[in-house]
Amino acid sequence: MFIDQLFNGLSVGSILLLIAIGLAITFGLMGVINMAHGELMMVGAYTTYVIQQWFTSHMPHSAGLYFVAAIPLSFLAAALLGWGLEKSLIRHLYRRPLDSLLATWGISLILQQTARLIFGAPNVAVVPPSWLDGGIRLFGAVFPYKRLFILCLVLAIVFFLYMYLMKTRAGRRIQAVTMNRSMAACLGIATQKVDAYSFAIGSGLAGVAGCALTLLGPIGPTIGTYYIVDAFMVVILGGVGKLAGTLLGAFGIGLISTFVEYSTSATIAKVIVFVLIIAFLQWKPSGLLSVRTRSLD
Amino acid sequence: MVNKRWGYWLFFAALFLAPFYLTEFRLSLLGKFLCFAIVAVGISLIWGYTGILSLGHGVYFGLGAYCMAMYLKLEASRGHLPDFMEWSGVRELPWFWKPFAHPMVAIAAAIALPTLLAALLSYLTFKNRIKGVYFSLLSQAVVVVFVTLFIGKQEWTGGTNGLTNFSTVFGFSLSSPLTQIVLYWLTTACLALIFVAARRLTSGRLGKVLIAIRDAENRVRFLGFNPTVYKVFVYSLSAAFAGVAGALFVLQVGLISPEMMGIIPSIEMVLWAAVGGRQSLMGAIIGAIVMNTAKSFLSENYPDLWLLLLGALFVVVVLLVPKGLAGIYESLVAVRIKAKRGHEREARVDVS
Repeated sequence: MFIDQLFNGLSVGSILLLIAIGLAITFGLMGVINMAHGELMMVGAYTTYVIQQWFTSHMPHSAGLYFVAAIPLSFLAAALLGWGLEKSLIRHLYRRPLDSLLATWGISLILQQTARLIFGAPNVAVVPPSWLDGGIRLFGAVFPYKRLFILCLVLAIVFFLYMYLMKTRAGRRIQAVTMNRSMAACLGIATQKVDAYSFAIGSGLAGVAGCALTLLGPIGPTIGTYYIVDAFMVVILGGVGKLAGTLLGAFGIGLISTFVEYSTSATIAKVIVFVLIIAFLQWKPSGLLSVRTRSLD
Repeated sequence: MVNKRWGYWLFFAALFLAPFYLTEFRLSLLGKFLCFAIVAVGISLIWGYTGILSLGHGVYFGLGAYCMAMYLKLEASRGHLPDFMEWSGVRELPWFWKPFAHPMVAIAAAIALPTLLAALLSYLTFKNRIKGVYFSLLSQAVVVVFVTLFIGKQEWTGGTNGLTNFSTVFGFSLSSPLTQIVLYWLTTACLALIFVAARRLTSGRLGKVLIAIRDAENRVRFLGFNPTVYKVFVYSLSAAFAGVAGALFVLQVGLISPEMMGIIPSIEMVLWAAVGGRQSLMGAIIGAIVMNTAKSFLSENYPDLWLLLLGALFVVVVLLVPKGLAGIYESLVAVRIKAKRGHEREARVDVS
C-alpha cells in the first residue's frame, strides 16, 4: 500500500513538475506571469492529437510511432506560439507584472475559444501508443509504463535543461540576464533576444507537457486551467530562480497531496495542501530555495 | 469639482428613479449589475489605489451570497430539511446551518465571513512581505480551494447546483415585483453608501498612504508607517463590500452556485474595474455596468464571439488604455480645458 501511494505521489509530482518547469523559466527566471501557459500546454496536446490523426490515416502500420514524432513537434508548435507572443505582447509588459498577468489571461481566453472553434467543445481522445500499455509488477504493486514514461521524460528534461543552462553559451546568457539584466546588457548580451528565446523554450516545455498529458486521458480546450493553478503553487513553494526548488516543490506537493488524499478525500486534500503551503510560506516567505539577494524588493 | 459632484448626484438619482422608466426585466438586470458595481468599487480600492491585484474576489462574493442563501433556503423549507440535503441522505441539519435560520445572523455572517477570510489571508501574506503577483496567484488558489470544497461537500452546500428555489424573505414573496423594486432600491442605497464611504476614505490621509504604498511600499515603511496594517485593512474592507454585494445578488437573482465564484468570474471582476478605470471609483461602477450590459447582450446573441472579445479586451485595456473609460474621459476634459484656455489667451491678445 505504501509503495503504491509513494509511486502515485511521484507520478503526480512528475506531472506537476513537467508543467511547472516551463513556468520556472518564464516566471522563475524572467519574472513574467504567463497565465496562457496552460493554453500552450493545450496547443501541445492538440498538436499530438493532429499528428496521431495524420499517422493513422497515412502510415497505419507504424501508427504507434506517432508519439516519437509528437514530442518534438509539440515542443516546436508551442515554442513558436510563445515566441510570437513574446514579440508581440509580453515584451511591452516586462515592467508591469500585474498587467502582464491580465493580458496573458486574455490570450488564454482567446486560445481556448479558438481551440473550441477548430476542434469542437467536447474532449477528444488520443489513443496512447501500444508499446506503453501494461506495466511492471514490483514489490506487490503495479507501475504502469505510461506513468513511468512520464517520470523518465521529466527527469530527462530536467537534466537537459540543467545542462543547457549551466554548460552552453546560450544557457549562460539566460542566467546572466536573470541575475543582472543591465550588467548583462553592458557586457554585450542582446537581452531582448535572450528574452525571446527563453520565453520560447519555456513555452515549448509547456507543449511537451501537453503532449505527455494525452497519455493520461482525453484532452479538451480547458485542459490548461485544470493544472495551471497547481503549477503556479509549485513555483511559489519551490522559490523563484532555481530549478532545484521547482523540482522539490513539485514532488513535495505531489507526495503530500496523494498521502493526504489517501487518508481523507480529494476535496479535503486540496484544502489541506493549500493551508500547508500558506503555513510553509510563514516560515520561508520566498520559497524552498531562492536566489540570495541583498536588494529590498 | 462642483460639476463632478453634480454628476454623481444625477447618476444616483437616475439609478433611484430607474423603477419608473425601466421594464421589470431590465430593472432586474440593472439590479444585478449594481451588485457587481459594489464589488468593482472594492476592487478599485485595493487595485487602483493600493496596488493589490486580487483574483479571489469571487470567493468573498460567493461567501456573502451563500450566507444569505442559507437563510433563504431554510425559510423556503419551512422547518424541514432543505431538499438537496434529503437527496444526499442527510438526516439532521448540520450545526453550522442552524444559526442561519435567523436573518440577522445570516446578514452579519455575509459581511463577517468574507472579511475574516480576507483578513486572515492578507495578514499571513502581507506580514511576510509576499506581494505583487505572488499574492495574486495565492488569492487565485483560494478560489480553487473554495470551489472544490463547495462542489465536493454536496450534502452541505448543494454541490454544483448551488442553492436555489427560494420563496420568501422576511415573509415577503421574492417573486413579487414590489419586493424586487424594494430590493433594487436597497442595492442602489448600498452602492451609494459604499461609494461615498470609499470616496471619503481615498480623499483623506488614509487614501494618501494607500497610494504611497502602491507607488513605493518601502519608502512608506521607512517613513515609519506599517504598510501591512493598511493593506490588510483595505483588503478586508473590499472583501466586505464583495460580501454585501453577494448577499444582495442572491436576493435578486435567487441562485448561487460554485460556478459564479470560480476563477473566471473572479478575474472578470478585475476586468470591470480595469475597463472603467481602476484609479477611479465612479469609473469602476460604470465599468461594471457597461461590461455586464455588453456581456448579457453579446453572450446571448454571439456566444462564440463573446469569449474571443473578452480575451481581446483584456489585452487591449492593459496595453492601450490602462486608465480605462475614466482615463479617456479625463483626457477629453483636459483637451477641452486646454482649448478653452487657448481661447482666453487669444482673447487677451486681442484686447491688448
